[in-house]
Amino acid sequence: MRLLLQGGRVVDPSQNIDDFLDIIIEDGKIALLGKNLAGGLRDEGITTGFDGRVIDAQSKIVVPGLVDIHVHLRDPGFEYKETIASGSEAALAGGFTSIACMPNTKPVNDNRAVTEYILSKALECRLARIYPIAAVSRGSEGVAMAEYGDLSAAGAIAFSDDGKPVTDSALMLNAVEYAASFGRPVISHCEDTWLSAGATITEGFAAIQTGLSGAPSIAEDIMVARDILIAEYLSLPIHIAHVSTAGAVRLIRDAKSRGIKVTAETAPHYFTLTDEALLDFDTSVRVNPPLRSHGDREAIWEGLRDGTIDAIASDHAPHGIIDKEVEFEAAASGISGLETSLGISLRLVTQGMLSLNQLIAAMTWRPAKILNLSAGTLKTGAPADATLIDLNHSWQVDPATFRSRGKNTPFKGWNLTGKAVMTIVAGEIRWLQQGLQLK
Amino acid sequence: MTLSRKDILSMRDMSVDEINFILETADSFLEVSTRDIKKVPTLRGKTIINLFVEASTRTRTSFEIAGKRLSADTINISGSSSSIIKGETLVDTARNLEAMNPDLIVLRHSAAGAPHMLAKLLKPAVINAGDGANEHPTQALLDIMTIREKKGRIAGLKIAIVGDILHSRVARSNIYALTRMGAEVHLAGPATMMPRDMGKMGVTVHYRLEPAIQAADIIMMLRIQLERQERKLIPSLREYAAFFGLNAKNIKLAKEDVLVMHPGPTNRGVEIAPDIADGPQSIILDQVTNGVALRMALLYLLTGGTA
Repeated sequence: MRLLLQGGRVVDPSQNIDDFLDIIIEDGKIALLGKNLAGGLRDEGITTGFDGRVIDAQSKIVVPGLVDIHVHLRDPGFEYKETIASGSEAALAGGFTSIACMPNTKPVNDNRAVTEYILSKALECRLARIYPIAAVSRGSEGVAMAEYGDLSAAGAIAFSDDGKPVTDSALMLNAVEYAASFGRPVISHCEDTWLSAGATITEGFAAIQTGLSGAPSIAEDIMVARDILIAEYLSLPIHIAHVSTAGAVRLIRDAKSRGIKVTAETAPHYFTLTDEALLDFDTSVRVNPPLRSHGDREAIWEGLRDGTIDAIASDHAPHGIIDKEVEFEAAASGISGLETSLGISLRLVTQGMLSLNQLIAAMTWRPAKILNLSAGTLKTGAPADATLIDLNHSWQVDPATFRSRGKNTPFKGWNLTGKAVMTIVAGEIRWLQQGLQLK
Repeated sequence: MTLSRKDILSMRDMSVDEINFILETADSFLEVSTRDIKKVPTLRGKTIINLFVEASTRTRTSFEIAGKRLSADTINISGSSSSIIKGETLVDTARNLEAMNPDLIVLRHSAAGAPHMLAKLLKPAVINAGDGANEHPTQALLDIMTIREKKGRIAGLKIAIVGDILHSRVARSNIYALTRMGAEVHLAGPATMMPRDMGKMGVTVHYRLEPAIQAADIIMMLRIQLERQERKLIPSLREYAAFFGLNAKNIKLAKEDVLVMHPGPTNRGVEIAPDIADGPQSIILDQVTNGVALRMALLYLLTGGTA
């Protein structure tokens, strides 16, 4: 099967490309990028007419398939929240072709059987590419290391205890070192659980006004500092998940300037909302780490702008209504984010905070690089994963139309501009915006 | 005039006009409780559910008496059937109650925001009778009613609120209302029990008792919650009593006609010395008496009453 994406504005930061180009896809790989390829592949001066399917990409931008390295697919164990199939469909609808899923399933993904289950389900549903992240510790209990060798062989691409921070520094040190020997990074959810005990939001004016217990932002910073020290000590990479504080941005910026192999991601809600959104006890904005102050949000903007924060990841955390229609302090943390991540992130471009190139970089090759994925690029020979984005498409967030089973979003009713209209994985059009006309 | 809100959830968004209107209505209900036959037919045929998921004696009794004196049918549900502990969620419980067509639900709950959630989901009026560490609006209203009764005004008074500000719903509700009404509010408490941004609430923050009560017109002592000890916020009750307890000696710093308030229940000998709690400056029991009239007024106004 051959595909020609014709006349789109190709934005591929991995190759510093921002130009109107055609792309030919063949056998699931990018075969050629160039001007006016409708004449066919030019091989040693011999031109043959293009005989595959032509897709008119005019007035669209064509980017490498988006990469989200922090999602929760809930499967196995919490299929009422999400399944691998529904989560993958949500990914495609959001423009993502590659997603990495966290191990906090039931059972926890701390063994080959669960990793293989996830991969076999992914293969079965043939939607997005799914990369399992396995647990740092058995049962994510923070005591004994999981079998990284076996898990890596089975297909785990990184290790993380996700929402259960590794508080034992010895375990963290050993985990980073041992995982690195299999070429895998450790992803750290940074939270000093002594400082955050009992808290449901961040310390600050919103906590005062709501009586909700607030954890100081340094609950995040202290662990970021520790992990930076571990990364420095070992000269090995650590990836910091969902950065939400000014302190963490500053620590990471400083660490990077000293050559420490630390990378970082943030989530759309941290650069969009603040703790003011909590004032009416809306459980859809309960997230962990919690929404922070205006100053923190500004620091996240700056971190994205200067590259301190490498990637945008949605921390897609789908939940059922029973998890959210409860008292705030009993509500589950998380936002169903795959289908709003791009639309919300594009606001950074329209607001002049980031260039389109910077944004696409943070959603393609930079996250791919953190987890060593062969994704996030349209280089010749790369897997043919691409997303067509209509930057002028205005739409309103309606959770009822989400492909995800998780309808929990604070962005319900928001008017957004810019949407993925076609998602191509391995050269196959796997998702198409309703109403989009194909030639 | 009527109250143009369905629920009483918070003092955060209550205007001075609304407060005054509620207090005037409450004043007119004071007399009922002094009659020989303490009952008027005003709310005959109305059903009020007192849903006290978190334990309470004073507030629940006050609401129950208020309802009964207005001839409403009052039903008390108490216990820890919170969704955090038991199977049925608060929303389920409330929807079941709603199906029995009550006119008003009074909710006391350990989770901040629980009444707000019910108010959004349910048709009947909801009164917040205390939600976690968030607010206790009816307590603030009865406190203001009592201060006004004794001092004739709120504006310009120096009012000290002393204790565990961090966890106090009484403090929060009072701060919103008192600052809006022009009082000069001073807070005192151990630094660990004082939120760091508290000054943004338009109050003056002290970490010692003395400057807060210096020349005060009103001293409002808060209950020190013994269960907070586990968070390591204070070293001991002994030390707390020594530095933040109100006693016959330090009260002399306040104005001669200072009045002492406490939302109850008091820890005698901890935050307040017994001779002060029972002394001539104490208006603690007036607060309780006014509480009934104030709650009668709210039940009346929220079920459609006009004044």
